Amino acid sequence: MRIFKLVRTKVSSYIPLIKSMQTSLLLSTGLAGFMSAHKHLELNLLVGLAGSLFLAISGSTILNMWYDCDIDTVMNRTHNRPLAKGSVTKQEALWLGVILSVAGVSWAFAINTLYGLVVFAGLFFDVIVYTIWLKRRTSWSIVWGGISGGMPILAGRVLAMSQIDLVGLLLMMAVLFWIPTHILTFNMRYFTDYQAARVPTFPSAYGFEATRAIIALSAIIAAASIGVAGVMIGVQAGALRLMAVLSSGLLLLSFATVFRPSEQVNFSLFKYASIYMLASMILLSL
Amino acid sequence: MKVTPLDRILLLLTCLLAAYQVMVGIDGLENVPTIAYTIAFGVLLVAGLLIIILGFEVLNSRILVMVATIIPLSLSLGLIWEHLALLRIPYLIFAIGAYLTVIITRSITIPVKLSTFILAIVHGVAGLVVFLLPSLLTAQGSANPGFALVGLGGALIGLGGLLLYFLRTGRPIVSKETIMRILPALLFLMTLAFVTGFSLA
Repeated sequence: MRIFKLVRTKVSSYIPLIKSMQTSLLLSTGLAGFMSAHKHLELNLLVGLAGSLFLAISGSTILNMWYDCDIDTVMNRTHNRPLAKGSVTKQEALWLGVILSVAGVSWAFAINTLYGLVVFAGLFFDVIVYTIWLKRRTSWSIVWGGISGGMPILAGRVLAMSQIDLVGLLLMMAVLFWIPTHILTFNMRYFTDYQAARVPTFPSAYGFEATRAIIALSAIIAAASIGVAGVMIGVQAGALRLMAVLSSGLLLLSFATVFRPSEQVNFSLFKYASIYMLASMILLSL
Repeated sequence: MKVTPLDRILLLLTCLLAAYQVMVGIDGLENVPTIAYTIAFGVLLVAGLLIIILGFEVLNSRILVMVATIIPLSLSLGLIWEHLALLRIPYLIFAIGAYLTVIITRSITIPVKLSTFILAIVHGVAGLVVFLLPSLLTAQGSANPGFALVGLGGALIGLGGLLLYFLRTGRPIVSKETIMRILPALLFLMTLAFVTGFSLA
C-alpha cells in the first residue's frame, strides 16, 4: 500500500514535466498525419504510433525542461515547474527523459525504420539543435524548434505511406509556420520574463513591430500549407469549407496584431492558434 | 462581466452547431448560397470562439457593427438565392452595396444619425428577409413546416442585434449585465433554430 502511494506521488510529480497540453497537441498532429492517408486503419500501427510518439515527445519535453531548469527558475511564468521549485531532482528528470526518449525512438524503429528516423530527427532537432545548441544563442532557434514540432505530423504520414511525400512535407511546413503564431505571441506576452532569463527572442532582437509582421506572414503560409495539403489529400468539400473559415479567423487575428496591436489581440491569437491547429488536424483526419 | 462555465458550454455548443452547418448542413447547394451560408455561420463560429477566449470584452470592439452585419446579410442572400429566383441579382447587388456602405459609414466621420439610419435599413431589410421568407414559404406550404425555425432564428438574431445595438449607443433597453447573461443562450438558441430549420427544409 505504501509502495502504491509512493508510486502515485512520484507519477503525479512527473506528469507536469511532460507539458500535457503541448504533448497532446503534438500527438494529435502525429495521429492526423497518419489518418490523412485515409487508408484502412490497422489498430496495431495506430497504437504503436500513439505510444512511440507519446514516449518520444514526452522524453524530449522532459530533457528540454532538464536543460532549461536555470531559465525556468528565473522566469515568473515557469518558476513553479517541478524542476525549478525542486519537487523533482535534475538527475531524476534526466533519467526519466532519457528512458522515455530511448523507449519512444526504439519502439518507432521497431515499427518502421523510416518512421523511426523521422521520430529520431524530431527528438534530435528539439533537444540537441534547438534546446542545447541554439536557444540561448539566437532568436532564430525557433526555426529549428518549429522543424522539430513539425516532425510528429510528418512521422505519422510517413508511417501510413512508407515514404516522405509532398503532402507530408506540406503538413510539416504548416506546423513549422503555425509555431511562430503561437510562440512569438508568447514571447511578446512574457517579454520581460525572457529578458530576465537572457533568452534571445524575435521581440528582443527585432522589436515588436517586426515580430507582428512575421506572425502575420507565418499565419498566411501556415493556412495556405494546410489548405493545399487538404486539397491534395482529398478532404471533403465540407471539411475544406470549415478549414477556410478557421483559417480566415487565424488570418484576421494575425492582421489585427499588425494593424491594431494590443495585449488582448495578442492573447486571443495565441489561444486561437492552438484551437485552429487542433481543429485542422481533426478535419484532415476525416 | 466574466464568462461563466455555463456561458462557455453554450458558446461551445453554438460553435459546434455553426461548424456542423458549414461542414455538413449546406452540402449540395448552388455556389452562391453555399458561400453565403459559409460566411454567415463562419462568422458566428469565429465570433463564438473569440467570446470564449476573450470574454464579453470583445463586444466592445469597434468592428463589432461591421462583423455583426455580415450574418443577417449573408443569410438573407442565401435564402433569396434559393427561394426567390427573380430577386437573386438585385438582392446580391443590395447585399454587397449595403455592406460596403456600412463599412464606409463606420470608417469615415459622418453624422451619427445618418450612419445609424443606414445600419437600421440594412439590418431591417436583411432581418425581415430571414424572418419572413421562411415563415411565408412554410405558411404557403411550399416548404416543410420545420423550415419556419429559420424564421425563428431570424427573430432571435434580430432581438440580439437590437440589444447589442442599443447597448453600443449607450441607451440599453435592459442592463448590460442582463444582456451579457442572456447572450450565450440567445446565440445558442438562434444557431440551433437555424441549423434545425435548414435541415428540415
